[in-house]
Amino acid sequence: MYRYDEYDQKIVEERVRQYRDQVRRRLSGELTEEEFMPLRLQNGLYMQIHAYMLRIAVPYGLISSKQMRMFAHIARKYDRDYGHFTTRQNIQFNWLKLEDTPDILADLATVQMHAIQTSGNCVRNITSDEYAGVARDEIVDPRAYAEILRQWSTFHPEFAYLPRKFKIAISGGKEDRAAIYAHDIGLGVTKNAHGEVGFRVLVGGGLGRTPMIGTEICEFVPWQHILTYVEAILRIYNLYGRRDNKYKARIKILVKALGIDEFKRQVEADWADLKDGPGTLTIEEVNRVASFFTAPPYETLTDHDSRLNEFKADSRSFSNWMLRNVKPHRVPGYAIVVLSLKKPGNAPGDATAEQMEAVADLADRYSFGELRITHQQNLVLADVRQTDLIRLWQEATVHELTAPNIGLLTDIISCPGADFCTLANARSIPLAKLIAERFEDLDFQHDIGEITLNMSGCVNACGQHHIGNIGITGVEKKDHGEWYQVSLGGAEGNNSSIGKIIGPSFTFNQVPEVIDRILQVYLRERIEAERFIDTVRRIGHTPFKEHVYATDFAAEEEEIADKHVVVPAQYAAPYYSPRF
Amino acid sequence: MIIKNKTIVADDWVVLRLSEQESAENVTVAPGKVIVPLQVWLKQRDVLQQRAEIGVWLASDERPEDLKDVIDKFSVIAVDFPKFSDGRGYSIAYNLRARLGYQGELRAIGDVLRDQLFYMQRVGFDAFAPRPDRKIEDALKGLADFSEAYQTSIDRKLPLFRRLQRKESSAAGSINE
Repeated sequence: MYRYDEYDQKIVEERVRQYRDQVRRRLSGELTEEEFMPLRLQNGLYMQIHAYMLRIAVPYGLISSKQMRMFAHIARKYDRDYGHFTTRQNIQFNWLKLEDTPDILADLATVQMHAIQTSGNCVRNITSDEYAGVARDEIVDPRAYAEILRQWSTFHPEFAYLPRKFKIAISGGKEDRAAIYAHDIGLGVTKNAHGEVGFRVLVGGGLGRTPMIGTEICEFVPWQHILTYVEAILRIYNLYGRRDNKYKARIKILVKALGIDEFKRQVEADWADLKDGPGTLTIEEVNRVASFFTAPPYETLTDHDSRLNEFKADSRSFSNWMLRNVKPHRVPGYAIVVLSLKKPGNAPGDATAEQMEAVADLADRYSFGELRITHQQNLVLADVRQTDLIRLWQEATVHELTAPNIGLLTDIISCPGADFCTLANARSIPLAKLIAERFEDLDFQHDIGEITLNMSGCVNACGQHHIGNIGITGVEKKDHGEWYQVSLGGAEGNNSSIGKIIGPSFTFNQVPEVIDRILQVYLRERIEAERFIDTVRRIGHTPFKEHVYATDFAAEEEEIADKHVVVPAQYAAPYYSPRF
Repeated sequence: MIIKNKTIVADDWVVLRLSEQESAENVTVAPGKVIVPLQVWLKQRDVLQQRAEIGVWLASDERPEDLKDVIDKFSVIAVDFPKFSDGRGYSIAYNLRARLGYQGELRAIGDVLRDQLFYMQRVGFDAFAPRPDRKIEDALKGLADFSEAYQTSIDRKLPLFRRLQRKESSAAGSINE
């Protein structure tokens, strides 16, 4: 993976110094909260209901064991022994003190990490395919370009105060695993008929209040020109994106208002002036950065291991895990292992300090000291020898990291929700737990097969509910109660789509029953091994809708609701909550 | 006082801002060194271009392309930041320098604060009128927040990868050292 040189290190250290001074000025009153807010946000620091939350960047989801141990250290020293991995491959710590955050950044800088631009109206962390470099369907390894884009976007002077946040994802496989259709800019790195590398550029995708699938603005931008092309898109957006209404400020609204043809005309008029200028990438720079992403020293092995098959026959848990959590690797004798952070009963994406240290140890022993964070909020060991799978499984099981549910119903994507976030209308994590517990039965989950269930506590869609096969959203109602909308038919990948709401919203306790009814329709209607999403696309929403609303729900039992209320922990220091 | 070329200097330019009663056509531009709104320049151009020294300022929703043919006429061009979080001024400045070839003083006015000065300097501003309720000496420090930058912009025409020899993997040490 990429390692800093003296220039990268200097920039990060100067950032720590700058930020430390900003915090000092805030604490002394020299900066008002209004002035400080965009500054702290550009450093990933949010003021949540009970405490400050810090989002730390994990560039394109790639992390070393040493960096993971630093997260464990931060969790122990400054937080409450755990962290939350996010849908944009980052990590969040929920219980911090403002005064501690400069020290946390200084600690991070010692392991080549930072929290730069993890929030705010700027270019955010670039996300990518969690199987980059090891996937069998890869056309071009996207990691070098992701790092080049990370550097280009870091403290870009012109694009730090955009109309709204700006998210870029890059994928290099035949199958899109980075949700590039759901980003402000989606980049598919590919090859043309002559074997030259370039980018298919999508623009104007995004979730949130007005979900849209990105539109192709250019079929093929040669690799030399990708930075200048992206720069031109950003400049047109910065100048002409709406700033009068934050809900209409994302680039998708501008693209829609102008139409893709006019938007493209403006972008390419700007680009004409940049093309072949100093921002043009050089082969030397691409090769330099790519030198950090060469293959690790693989052994020459074969894919056949009789011991694995014997053990699979003996252990149902292991064979289930092999089926769901172990993915094919491009190198014979190796496998990609997904460590699940979705054990039913746990908050999706949460990991304890002890688990972080455990996965760091596993990475050192079995995967060349590297890990990846997935946008489905799980962890990946990308280069495991197949002969190590049994031992790895046994060791990871001790740390509750082997729930065999990747891609299944309980592999729920969830935002932190109203337990933490001031934007949320409703809780996500307790509902995710309730759903996971109800459908914990593995035979049932395997019978249902591939399905995605994504949940957000509000329209901002951090849980990417629009692209879940089943999407759940906390909605705002006049009674301030907790209500959830359910949508069907969303999907990510090459065949991305936005889910459609099935009808009136539900209470917290009704949601698991709603999902049960939806699944009943699927089981009734599916043909052969048809996936859930394919059934929904074939038969449409009506049969689901009719069945879900056909019968009343059981009367609410108060004690059930109470059981799932998360009691806010006490915060010792006085803290102004934006919510209360 | 303003910051110009990284030092605090006295300034005798006056920024004309129209009151609600005034219009671009009828406002009287005082004699002396005045930075007038773009609209005033466009409406009173015949008179104003007779002056030896005149400045113009752009609001964040205005575009400098209108000035293309007369750009060298101005002793100073200013870009207004109505709120520091309105980032249009950065692209306006970039276009003034890179596309229109403006070489004169480019001044940031309005909600100009220390923590944005570094970025402003990079896109071509060389003069800053920090908000008067803040100490200008403190604002000056903002220009030195970073000593290095990755991208090409106005102050550094070449991106880092074209300016300096950077390390390859073999020279960068192991990931978990």
